[in-house]
Amino acid sequence: MSLVFAGVCSHAPGITGRKDRADPKVRDAFYAALERMRNAIEGARPDVLIVIAAEHFANFFMNNMPAICVGMAEHYEGPIEDEAWLGIGRHRIPGAPRLARELIQEVMNDIDLAYAQEWKFDHGIMVPLNFLTPRYDLPVIPVNINCQGPPLIPLKRCYEFGRALGRACDARPERIAVVGTGGISHWPATPDSGRINEPWDREFLERLLANRREELLSYRDDEVWREAGQGGFEIRTFIAVAGATKGCTGELWFYAPIPIFAVGCTVAVMKLRQT
Amino acid sequence: MSLYYTQKLLFQLNRDPATVGRFKRDLEGLLAEYELTEEERCAIRGPDIGLLYVMGVNGQLLMHFAALCGYEWSAYIEAMREGERKYGPVRTGLYTRAEGR
Repeated sequence: MSLVFAGVCSHAPGITGRKDRADPKVRDAFYAALERMRNAIEGARPDVLIVIAAEHFANFFMNNMPAICVGMAEHYEGPIEDEAWLGIGRHRIPGAPRLARELIQEVMNDIDLAYAQEWKFDHGIMVPLNFLTPRYDLPVIPVNINCQGPPLIPLKRCYEFGRALGRACDARPERIAVVGTGGISHWPATPDSGRINEPWDREFLERLLANRREELLSYRDDEVWREAGQGGFEIRTFIAVAGATKGCTGELWFYAPIPIFAVGCTVAVMKLRQT
Repeated sequence: MSLYYTQKLLFQLNRDPATVGRFKRDLEGLLAEYELTEEERCAIRGPDIGLLYVMGVNGQLLMHFAALCGYEWSAYIEAMREGERKYGPVRTGLYTRAEGR
């Protein structure tokens, strides 16, 4: 059946944890775009949701950091953070271990992957799920791309991972949705939290949604760090979605900097051929 | 250089309730299990969020340690700024000041 939905969205913890401190008008418009994405996912009737995320030392640490890891657990739990701090209660989320295992096996023809049968979700996955699958009943396959610090997997490998994942999904009978989640420019958890380079973000989104591979892969990490902050390394998750939807363009449903959320809040959807 | 072990302790605190229990009841015993300098032990004992930031602790770890220690969001951000004023620029890692920033 292949992919039935593909999109990207933000995941910053302030989106739920500091919601009362944002401009209500902008915040509510952002929430409405996430609700629209939820409806689109539900309308696509997926059997499983792959979330390509950038986690933040909840499971993976510098003692054994995978470049890319895919979850194949029976179930997951999250958030790992304090529930009141994040504004999301703890939930158990079903996994899809058999499908995950077979996708991993297929993708490993092209890209080496780590796998995990134990995984506690942090805000990087819980914030999107809070809006997109609020009943936490859709089986999830989590993917983590290390975006926390170098050495980082090159952008071209993220794109190729996405390509391989898209091909593996194409060969499956299941209906599969994929969401990439990360920041564009941002300086989270620093004194510069709230700084957002809007022109940089818009340029990146233009390249992403036109799915222009060469332009997407031309960013250099040192430039990203300087112009988009260390949080900008998370463009890897969006680029993986571009790879998974090669040949498709996308549509921006929402973008606005919300400084108290520490990120330019984004909702965008790729226009798949079969939908 | 034991920044790695400082961060590892914060990593354990963020994900393991038993480590949080030891942090509250047996801090010295917990600290003794990690290869830390005296400055690092002091910064964790304080806690001195600003010094931990200046040492180069990753914010995704420090943010939750600050919350565990009762820092409200704005107080946490201010503590990092105060750390830069008191101890100078970030010494190593991702947060060393970029040119023109």
